[in-house]
Amino acid sequence: MKKDYLRPLDFKQGRVDMNHGAGGRAGLQLVEELFARAFDNPALRQGNDGAVLDLPNIPGGHRLVMATDAHVISPLFFPGGDIGCLAVHGTVNDVAMLGATPLYLAASFILEEGFPLADLKRIVESMATASREAGVPIVTGDTKVVERGKGDGVFISTTGIGAVPVGRDIGGANARPGDVVLVSGTLGDHGVAILSLRESLEFETTITSDTAALHTLVAAMLAAVPEGSLRTLRDPTRGGLATTLNEIARQSGVGLLLDEAAIPMQPQVEAACELLGLDPLTIANEGKLVAVVAPEAAGAVLAAMRDHPLGRQAARIGTVQADEHHFVQMATRFGGRRVVDWLSGEPLPRIC
Amino acid sequence: MKYVDEFRDGALARGIADRIAAELQPGRRYSFMEFCGGHTHAIARYGIAELLPPEVRMIHGPGCPVCVLPIGRIDQAIHLALERGAILATYGDTMRVPASNSLSLMKAKARGADIRMVYSATDALALARANPQREVVFLAIGFETTTPPTALVIRQAAKEDLANFSVLSCHVLTPSAITHILESAEVRQYGTVPIDGFIGPAHVSIVIGSAPYQHFAEEYRKPVVIAGFEPLDVVQAIGMLVRQVNAGRAEVENEFIRAVTPEGNVAAQAVVSEVFELRERFEWRGLGEVPYSALKIRPAYARFDAERRFALDYRPVPDHKQCECGAILRGVKRPTDCKLFGTVCTPDNPMGSCMVSSEGACAAHYSYGRFRDIPVVSVPA
Repeated sequence: MKKDYLRPLDFKQGRVDMNHGAGGRAGLQLVEELFARAFDNPALRQGNDGAVLDLPNIPGGHRLVMATDAHVISPLFFPGGDIGCLAVHGTVNDVAMLGATPLYLAASFILEEGFPLADLKRIVESMATASREAGVPIVTGDTKVVERGKGDGVFISTTGIGAVPVGRDIGGANARPGDVVLVSGTLGDHGVAILSLRESLEFETTITSDTAALHTLVAAMLAAVPEGSLRTLRDPTRGGLATTLNEIARQSGVGLLLDEAAIPMQPQVEAACELLGLDPLTIANEGKLVAVVAPEAAGAVLAAMRDHPLGRQAARIGTVQADEHHFVQMATRFGGRRVVDWLSGEPLPRIC
Repeated sequence: MKYVDEFRDGALARGIADRIAAELQPGRRYSFMEFCGGHTHAIARYGIAELLPPEVRMIHGPGCPVCVLPIGRIDQAIHLALERGAILATYGDTMRVPASNSLSLMKAKARGADIRMVYSATDALALARANPQREVVFLAIGFETTTPPTALVIRQAAKEDLANFSVLSCHVLTPSAITHILESAEVRQYGTVPIDGFIGPAHVSIVIGSAPYQHFAEEYRKPVVIAGFEPLDVVQAIGMLVRQVNAGRAEVENEFIRAVTPEGNVAAQAVVSEVFELRERFEWRGLGEVPYSALKIRPAYARFDAERRFALDYRPVPDHKQCECGAILRGVKRPTDCKLFGTVCTPDNPMGSCMVSSEGACAAHYSYGRFRDIPVVSVPA
């Protein structure tokens, strides 16, 4: 009897077709020759519909943290990254922002018929590298294929699980008047890198996306100060710093006062926003965090951030104040004061 | 940022503001209108109002291209995209202007209209080249700043003999709007809008020059100071206006000499007058019908005129009854005088056009300055 023979996937010329999502042999082949090979780890190797996982031993016990994030970015490849590593970093960061150690990831792919297998391979390998570098394995997943025109190449949804020690309470509702607001580095890099590739807007820039997994930075910050002095951690992704700070102000029922001159920003980012009529505070970041810290711990946290490769340009940008209207205000570099508001809709360029 | 930060120097601004305060004549109040949305935006974004002495009041003018676009024009654009199958291209801010039937271009897009945001008129032309089987209409809005690029693409389309490209021209003119405000009953007779002078537009003046403002200074005895959009420009211009008022002068002065000349950009003016001619009347949101205040495409380029090509009728649509955009655009009311402000009308759900663009008086105040309406108790850190 002849051995089963399956022609290997053509990662040079091949494309995703409806068979890859039909539940037959073609789908299995895509999983085995691409996903399982790239993400390889013991849990995935079990080959079941789900993964059976071990939890770490944290003295004093732990609670589980779970976060999920869908990635629909365009373009799929951009300076400094791609949708693959972004899908890993985004969810690792969401888990880390609760003070948890990220442990496992699950990933779902929605592929559009006709999507080149070469691009898919590039994305999956980038995800595998990001997951390996972060030390957070992708232990289960799913693939679906939609007809041409019903997707935008590839959508990736990732879910992460992490563990946080019992008693640790880091969240958006914990900011108190007098607390200090820190950011881990320059703002707007990711959004401007993406904008520079948009159709009809292409401009040449040296700016690359800041996409990065922030859990080791968070661990360094936590280790530097007593439990309880880190009140809030959040990554200012869509909507930028402005949106994140307004969320914190609303959740905590406080106001914030920022110092514009202290907010770190690359001159190229500032210039691109100036040219396009966009507010850099509303532009997305993928490798930065905002921390609200007890005043007495601010110095130590800031020092720990600056000692970490992802926090070299960390800065103290403002303070929390009592304000029943929950305004985020900013002392402008010019010497005036203004509200830093939620972003309304998409950031659209002004006309004049 | 080089060549920008120099014009955002806070210490220098405080120095000028102190000088302004020292030069005010006792008991006198000063009201100046900044015509341009760009200045409105700068005043709100940099907190310039806080630097000024309380005797100096800035009145926001109608120079925000998105704000003065009447509902009827957006309705025409939506009609073209939803019912006539055209690809409609337009500038970013225009997407959110409220139209009839609770629609906007953005909402029409969600209902299947093919609406594309472009960054320049050239991009609209490129869309037409790339989609030869579709009608592509460019909804062209703006003052004299955005008119020359529209004229250029129309000329280019003629040269290429593009059969599927047309422009829905909503280009408007600054000087006629200023005249309209100065002629309005509120300014002339009742004095409810005490305008002591104008901050003249920055980018518009680069194109038209400083000469066209001479008329206001002479005929209406109002000083005009043309100013750049940087905050230091604005503070400096306010100081120059105060000095003119104190001296009883009414002259056109140019603070923005690094860009504005008396005659303006002559090449741009030439291409505009080759392609466009005056409209006898045009409806402005807030100001109503203003004679000779807008541009239409000349008969020689008629095939690129969307109004002719699609035989469009113009149907004026009144604003929401309680919307005060009209009075705000004329300087009669402030955003906070409107009952809708900050309640049902917010940047996320604009009822009136002043809440749409960040250059609009309402959106600028809501997004950047609304804490001033409420005393905030601050706890020292």
